[in-house]
Amino acid sequence: MPDTPGTPIISVHDLVVGFGSRLVLDHVFLNVHRGEILGLVGGSGSGKSVLLRTIIGLISLRSGSIEVFGKDLNSLNDTERHYMRKRWGVLFQHGALFSSLTVLQNVQFAMREFLHLPENILDDIAATKLAMVGLPRKDANKFPSELSGGMTKRVALARALALDPEIVFLDEPTSGLDPISAGDFDSLIRTLQQTLGLTVFMVTHDLNSLHMVCDRVAVLADGKIVADGPMSSMLCSEHPWVKSYFRGQRGRLLEKYVSHSQV
Amino acid sequence: MSVDMGGVRSFDTYGAWHLARLVRILETRGQKTAIVGLADKYNGLFETVRGASADTTSIAGTPALSGVATIGKGMTDAWRSFGILLNMLGAVCDAFLSVARRPSTFRLTATVHQLDRVGWQAVPIILLITFLIGSIIAQQGFFHFRKFGADDYVVDMVGILVLREIGVLIVAIMVAGRSGSSYTAELGSMKMREEIDALRTMGFDPVEVLILPRIVALVIALPILTFLGSMSALYGGELVAWLYGGMNPEIFVTRLKEAISITHFKVGMIKAPFMAVVIGIVACTKGLMVAGSAESLGLQTTASVVTSIFLVIVLDGLFAIFFASIGM
Repeated sequence: MPDTPGTPIISVHDLVVGFGSRLVLDHVFLNVHRGEILGLVGGSGSGKSVLLRTIIGLISLRSGSIEVFGKDLNSLNDTERHYMRKRWGVLFQHGALFSSLTVLQNVQFAMREFLHLPENILDDIAATKLAMVGLPRKDANKFPSELSGGMTKRVALARALALDPEIVFLDEPTSGLDPISAGDFDSLIRTLQQTLGLTVFMVTHDLNSLHMVCDRVAVLADGKIVADGPMSSMLCSEHPWVKSYFRGQRGRLLEKYVSHSQV
Repeated sequence: MSVDMGGVRSFDTYGAWHLARLVRILETRGQKTAIVGLADKYNGLFETVRGASADTTSIAGTPALSGVATIGKGMTDAWRSFGILLNMLGAVCDAFLSVARRPSTFRLTATVHQLDRVGWQAVPIILLITFLIGSIIAQQGFFHFRKFGADDYVVDMVGILVLREIGVLIVAIMVAGRSGSSYTAELGSMKMREEIDALRTMGFDPVEVLILPRIVALVIALPILTFLGSMSALYGGELVAWLYGGMNPEIFVTRLKEAISITHFKVGMIKAPFMAVVIGIVACTKGLMVAGSAESLGLQTTASVVTSIFLVIVLDGLFAIFFASIGM
């Protein structure tokens, strides 16, 4: 796969999505480039998750186009779409682990389906993937109901990374985690992105994550992308929602903290 | 020994894992191994995977139980779940007594709502099924009794069988399958979503709030459904006697009056509330036994229906012995 920096790996063009009479995404344009971490922010109910779910094909679009790896998702046939889904991994907000399978079986699920590997190698590779996301080997045979929130997210990340995808979609990866775990998870995403050369599309509410991890931030408000650029440019935006989000009380505190810690 | 990775143009975690394993195997044999020519951008990946795969302790899960152990586990599980059932019966009685002392705490709205679901909404299907069962018994009776000219006794058989046994049994089995399973699934998914824990932390007793109204609704609904079901079965029998057996409906009713007494009717009706308690206790207990997984919800729902039907039939047998010994 030739790495051509600059060409978008995901290109959302003039996308319209609605439910009934309500328009959730109103002519959205967004590009994600290979190898970057994009953070998508927006108020609750602004359609961030809808955009993510539309890109991965769980919600159908009304008009517009989505290109991933240079191919229009609407014009793919079933085989191509199947192949496309092997090239991305998704971490759902609440993990969406299969509750009747163990941690190890959850990670192996897609491997078993797509790769024909002997059982002992499957076990070892899945355990390696779990170790890469920081889950100890002794937890491999636990069931999802026995895991803490942070461990669930880690297992879900390991499952998303099972087939060595090129893009990972993360839906609020740090929600529900304490600040320390959230910070650990952020640096984990950063490290994995660098070592595996991933492109990360991340929906988040976490200002810390945006500061620490994201190369670029896109803001969704009123069904449109109202701001798009590196974190530093967000602080200069004049859009009222963006202003109150990044320069509100919590945003200001964080900014102070970040500028202090950099001095 | 050295491994030349110079020609490698694309490298993923699977490749890195195999390479790390190769190096590890060679090094445990005492051969010093070096990797040359691996592109710089893959070095981080290789080192990460090597670090992550260094631990090779076994991760085999708990082995499947052997034949004898499975039997033993099944026995202890059965014994334990019997204990849990008794526990629930005690908790429900306790909740009932505390509500009886302060009737204002009784959840009337919830009970009426449950009564609508398990009673009123079950009426059509119960009427239909018992009607068919009554018809079939009458048809079989005529078919076989006619050989020795005992047509008249079909009425006795239908009347006694329906009022004493079949009516209440069929209705109880229907209710176990229809309402018992839904109780288990409801309470089970509430347990999975921590709704029951939420109730508890807010100072409510789940038995009083969720379980008592459900069981009271069943105890009220089952005798009513049994009565309706028995009437429907007798009606089915009468219709078949008229159309298939050529017996005039008036003769059927007259024969029925002679064949049955209020005792037969009482025997059937007395059993209904006890069966309702068994179904309700089993369904609610199994619902609260649901653990975290979707699979366990399915397992407990199956167990709920199977156990309550089994216990209903056992209870029916015990009642048969009891009524025989007191001469009813």
